[in-house]
Amino acid sequence: MSLDSDDVKRIAHLARLAIDEQDISTYATNLSNILGLVEQMSAVDTDQVSPMAHPLDEVQRLRTDAVTEQNQREHYQSIAPQVEEGHYLVPRVIE
Amino acid sequence: MYQMTIAELAAGLKSGQFSSEELTQSYLQRIKQYDPELNSYITVLEEQALAQAKAADQRLASGTAGPLTGIPLAQKDIFCTNGVKTSCGSKMLDNFISPYDATVIEKFNAAGAVMLGKTNMDEFAMGSSNETSFYGAVKNPWNTKAVPGGSSGGSAAAVAARLAAAATGTDTGGSIRQPAALCGITGIKPTYGRVSRYGMIAFASSLDQAGTMTQTAEDSALMLQVMAGFDERDSTCLDKAVPDYTANLNDDIKGLKIGLPKEYFAEGLDSDLAKVVEAAIDEYKKLGAEVVEISLPNSALSVPAYYVVAPAECSSNLSRFDGVRFGHRCDDPQDLEDLYKRSRGEGFGSEVKRRIMIGTYALSAGYYDAYYLKAQKVRQLISDDFKQAFKDVDVIMAPTTPTVAFNIGEKADDPITMYLSDINTIAVNLAGLPGMSIPAGFSKEMPVGLQIIGNYFDEARLLNVAHQYQTVTDWHRRMPEQFA
Repeated sequence: MSLDSDDVKRIAHLARLAIDEQDISTYATNLSNILGLVEQMSAVDTDQVSPMAHPLDEVQRLRTDAVTEQNQREHYQSIAPQVEEGHYLVPRVIE
Repeated sequence: MYQMTIAELAAGLKSGQFSSEELTQSYLQRIKQYDPELNSYITVLEEQALAQAKAADQRLASGTAGPLTGIPLAQKDIFCTNGVKTSCGSKMLDNFISPYDATVIEKFNAAGAVMLGKTNMDEFAMGSSNETSFYGAVKNPWNTKAVPGGSSGGSAAAVAARLAAAATGTDTGGSIRQPAALCGITGIKPTYGRVSRYGMIAFASSLDQAGTMTQTAEDSALMLQVMAGFDERDSTCLDKAVPDYTANLNDDIKGLKIGLPKEYFAEGLDSDLAKVVEAAIDEYKKLGAEVVEISLPNSALSVPAYYVVAPAECSSNLSRFDGVRFGHRCDDPQDLEDLYKRSRGEGFGSEVKRRIMIGTYALSAGYYDAYYLKAQKVRQLISDDFKQAFKDVDVIMAPTTPTVAFNIGEKADDPITMYLSDINTIAVNLAGLPGMSIPAGFSKEMPVGLQIIGNYFDEARLLNVAHQYQTVTDWHRRMPEQFA
């Protein structure tokens, strides 16, 4: 699988990553090479194999739906870039 | 004092030969003297470490000390430490003062250990050379032109140069074992789920596991004893009793069955390094072990499968870094999308971006079956290979790395070559098995690691097997002269 500059731009958008224009062709080359490496997997037939869900065949542990956390909003928001009245501030979304 | 192991230091503290404060002071002095050359620490916690040491001395005096009380350790900067910068080697978290402690850190605090500082690492643990750190490359203490390995390269270099009695590491594809090998120290990556991942910044959640980086297997046993165990805050941490890891260290290993996977001794392995590993295996024969050749036929597919599974999980885990709640935020965002894109574009380095993009692509509509599902199937095959092998052998041994430490810059521009340097360690993570690396000698004046792979939850046996080798060899006591 070979990726071109448009593919890189599309993937970067999906990942919400700003990429410098000048780096796009290098990313296209690198990512194509990585996918080339990954494609070695096609050498093995896996039609009869179940995908691994957990290395120890464990199932997801559940817990009772009980309140265990204390409210620490102010403590956690003390490291936020911008907060106001308990809310995280971001640029206006709705005009 | 700095050449002593945790076990020896604990005896010295207990007998009053020296105090934890004196010990901590001496390590802090060594860090000041030698770390500018190595760059193994991102943060040094002088004041806090001395306060912890004083508290430890009181505990020692009152007779309530444990084996790690007062021992100066370094913590990989991937573990959240309350009130202390936790950068994960990234510009994204350069301003992040963690508001809570990881479970591993809580446990070391409860044990009375001293935290000297936070060690350098590849950005978000993505790398095999420590060159992807925002804080600059770490140097290998055995040759400062060479890499220390990665991603726990700061921890490995700090322990190898004796700038900490021991350190923590994390291992997603070899990040404890590979740097331990390249720096000539002992490291264990436990079974997936053995140690809590709570507060350990996530890279690939189905592979990440915390472990130890120490001089000796005995020290690893002492540290793992503190780290291991159930934690309800990590949904994949296993509720299984923790054995006494030091209880069987001295058992003899007569009749131990060692499997040597032929795929790990094939093309690509440096011939001089191979001789060192073979000599180590001969030593095991002298100790009464039996050696048989085995096959792990799908080994060659471990790197390809890993570079789907790990990036896929990383693209999901790293979506939390969005410039809104913590971490780096770009200046003057035009709108919400601009805020996300520029904060992430500026905060992440190029290797992290590459992996996020590979993962995003592999999980995107129309490609999921071809990549992620295929990789999880291949992962099952790799795991089945090990299950088959462990029907006949007790442990598997192989070189930890195909070559000794390469030079800084040598592979930095070629991701594929860099990825392939982890070819001997990645399969263990995919299968979720425990693995160790121990110093086995030198090739071209650089350390060589012997990897020992065990069955699930067989950490005690790995530590026993490693310790027995260390009773008849002294490679683990060697340290680079430049830092002596």
